[in-house]
Order: sequence, then structure tokens, then C-alpha cells
Amino acid sequence: MIRIIQPGPQCTVQDLGRSGLRKIGVGVVGALDTQALRIANMLLGNDENAAGLECTLGGTEFVFEEETAFALCGADASATLDDLPVPGWWVRVAPAGSTLKLAVPRSGMRTYIAFAGGLDVPVVIGSRSTDLKGGFGGHEGRALRAGDRLDTLPAEMKVRGAGFGLSAAKLDLLPAERSQPTVVRFIAAAEWMELQEASRTIFTSADWRIEPDSNRVGYRFSGSALELTRPLELLSHGILPGTIQLPPSGLPMVQMGDANTCGGYPKLGVVIAADLPKLAQASLGTVVRFEECSVEQARDAASAGEARLREIARIIDLAQRVAA
Amino acid sequence: MGEDALLCEAHDGVLDLAVQKRIWALSEALEGVDGILETVPGMNNLLLVFDGLAWDHASLQQRCVNEWTAIRATADGGRSFDIPVIYGGKAGEDLVPCAEFAGLSVEDYIARHTSPDYTVYCLGSQPGFAYLGGLDPALARPRRSSPRARLGAGSVIIGGAQAGVISRASPSGWHVIGTTAVEFFNPLANPPALLAPGDRLRFIVEAVEL
Repeated sequence: MIRIIQPGPQCTVQDLGRSGLRKIGVGVVGALDTQALRIANMLLGNDENAAGLECTLGGTEFVFEEETAFALCGADASATLDDLPVPGWWVRVAPAGSTLKLAVPRSGMRTYIAFAGGLDVPVVIGSRSTDLKGGFGGHEGRALRAGDRLDTLPAEMKVRGAGFGLSAAKLDLLPAERSQPTVVRFIAAAEWMELQEASRTIFTSADWRIEPDSNRVGYRFSGSALELTRPLELLSHGILPGTIQLPPSGLPMVQMGDANTCGGYPKLGVVIAADLPKLAQASLGTVVRFEECSVEQARDAASAGEARLREIARIIDLAQRVAA
Repeated sequence: MGEDALLCEAHDGVLDLAVQKRIWALSEALEGVDGILETVPGMNNLLLVFDGLAWDHASLQQRCVNEWTAIRATADGGRSFDIPVIYGGKAGEDLVPCAEFAGLSVEDYIARHTSPDYTVYCLGSQPGFAYLGGLDPALARPRRSSPRARLGAGSVIIGGAQAGVISRASPSGWHVIGTTAVEFFNPLANPPALLAPGDRLRFIVEAVEL
């Protein structure tokens, strides 16, 4: 059981989200940085889809009301447990009554906290994720507030001692430094060639700054407005997280996990699955660059990502056996 | 649409119910096929999400084209729903301005809103929200220039040439002309969405508040 003291700007219960439900208007939602939540769960011996906390821009503070093993992954928010630093990508056992605090991350947007066994919230339409717009799932269909209490499910694995962890820097798991641009690859979509040639060049060469009102629904960017070769009126169609749309302002936006399931703005492309977690961690006000790639490159990147997760699983398995 | 999805468009920019019936049939034909993970009917289009190990864009596109030429429109099935509406009042505060915009009396406006059988083309945008065809063109009105921060579930709305009912409280740029107590989405029900593509609905007057 944990008790929230301060949720921070936005703290929600998320697993890997809902799939197959777009046809009834239910979106994917779920952890935006799926890789971070999966690794946090792997460290604890949980199912990768177990529900944890997604803390946006830190600021979260809660009390462990009983002894609980946990792991922090994603944005490094200088976490402390009873005022002592807690490393990220590491399993720790919090004693009963101890307090975990997150500061504002130095880089990255979202810190994931997994708990041994996973958070015990009801499964709603196939998932424990919070659908903030729909107002269901997670904890009462909303972001957490001070005073909320969350239970954990029985854990598969007993964590002992001071725990173990991963070398995040060595495994290239850390979000980009704020000073570094985040490069995301995309596959051109139906209206890409409806962009004026000069605008296509601008899109793939300019520095796009993430607007401060970007959130779980979508990322908006400032830069020079892009122009279509002719006005387009599209009929509404299904869209996916990662879809890069061009609203009338001419400034692109990228749909994220909480996006509507249907849209009608011209589509320039779709950010590849392997790069969506990177975009989800790109800090507000920092620079993103878009790089066109082929379907083959996207598949290679996805396979490489899965191979790396398998390698991490192997390292964790070894560490767990040593720790035991 | 990215590495694992294909968007099939079957129109020349004008919405057509006959085309939509074939879209439903294509969606049914492809649902459950090995390696096809999701079929999502849109407005005269169909989004397919697939497993990249089983399909690539070219092979799936060929499969769709083959199915499309062979497929017949889904027979008129679907269910019929009567949706009782309280028109006007605080929860339907755009009723009078919408009637004025259409150059109609409020009575005529409501009569034209309640006379058609609306067809559910597809669900999407928000959970359980139905894209409806059948609005009398005289009632069309461009969306508000600034969206409202929140419209409650059950708000009966007009946006451009489309009619709809808000299924979950949300921001909206559409005009609200009334409200209904019918629940279009309940996450704890099975199925969670009241409506399905091909269903028909009719608005009936429960009350008018001016």
C-alpha cells in the first residue's frame, strides 16, 4: 500500500495500454515510454504489463505503508527514499513508513515507478491504464491526488538485500540531455507529398521546439509554418500514436498515447515505434529533429529494440540469481 | 500509416453511404484474419493495424484490393435506437442561435433534426462517439471558432454537416442544441459502446426548454 502525499504535475497509473479498441473509439493510452515501464517491471520480476506510476516532471511524493520492493526507470528525477538518494534502473526495498520523493528531472519528462506485484487497480476494458479523457481505468479514471491510496498485487519474486540494477549509461537508456536535440525517425504518410517541396525540406532539416502545452495527448512544435500545395479536406479516419498531423496553423503536431482514435488533419508521417519512447521523454522547450526513414529501417530499429530488451532481461536474470 | 498500419481510402472526397456499407463488409472480412490485429472503419475508409511478421504493406494492400472488388455491401442490418432529447435550455444553449443561423423557427429546426433516420458510419474520436450520416444540410453550421472547455456526456451536437452526441465529457467546438439521458459509453458494460456501425438512430422530442 502506498499513500500519495504530493502527486506532482501529473501522476497516473499506467500499464502498456489498451489495444484493439480503436473501432469503439477507445485509444491506446498506457505508459508513453513503454521501454522504461517494461524494464522497471522486469527488474522486479513482474509481468512487463504490470501497472506502475507514470510521474510527469517529477514532484511526486508518497509513503510506503508497508515494506515494498520498487524500481525507478525513465527520467532521472533525483529520487530520494527518506532523504537518501535512490539510483534509477535499480531495485530497492522500501521499509514500511519510508517516503519516496521525486524532484524535477534534469533531463527527460517521465519517471516510471514499478512495484513488486504491480499496482492493484481494476482491469477496465482489458487494461489497468488511466484513460484521462475517457475518465476510466487506473485509479478512479483520473490523475492521482494527495491522500490517494494504492495497493499492490502479490509479488512473484522475493527481493532481498540492497537489490541490484542496470548501468543505464552503458545500456544507453538515459533520456537525451536538454542541450541535445532528440532525433526521431518517421515514415512518410498519405499527405507527405502534398507538402510543398520547400516545406518538406524545412520539416526534415529545421529545429522544432516542443511547445510547453504538449502533453500525453499530443506534442506541438514551434518553427516556421509548413505549406500544402493545395487546401485539403479529409474525411475522418483512424489514427495511431506517432501520427504527425498538419493542422491549419501549418505547425506540425505528433499524436501521443492519449490521442483521439480518429482524426482528419493531413498526415505527414508516422513516428516509428522504436522512437516514440524517445519523443515521450523529450523535454518541453527542447529541440526535436525529424528524419525520414523506410519501413525496413523502422522494422530493423524495432527488432534491435526488442533484442536489447532481451539482453537486459538476461542481465537482470543473472543479477537476480546472484542477489538470491 | 507507419510501419504496421495501412489506411485504405475508398472515396473521392464525398461521403457515400453505399461505399460505407462496403467498408463495413471489408472490415468484417478482414477482422480475425491471421496477422491483422485491428480493423478500424472510418468515414469511407478503413485503417488496418497488422503484424509486420505476417504482412507487409504491399501484400496487405493487394489483399484489400482483391477483397474490395469481390465484396458486396453489408445487408441492411443494424439496430434502431430512439434517442429522447430535451432541446434547448442551459444544456442546449446553442439551439436558438443555430435555428437563427439556419433561418428557421425553433419548431422547424427541431422538426428537421428529428425527422431523419441517422446512420452510424463508424465510432471513434472519443470512446463510444458515433459519426452519424443523415443530417439535413439546412442544419449544417461551421464549428465554433473557440471550442468550449467542457460539454457533458449526452450533449446533442451539430458540427459542420455532422450531427452527434457527446459520449464522454470533453472539450468541443461543436454547437450544443440539447441533451439526452441515453448512455452511449459505459466502460464497465460489455460491450462498452452502445452503438455499432450500421445502427440507425432517431432523435425524438422529450421536451423543449426555451
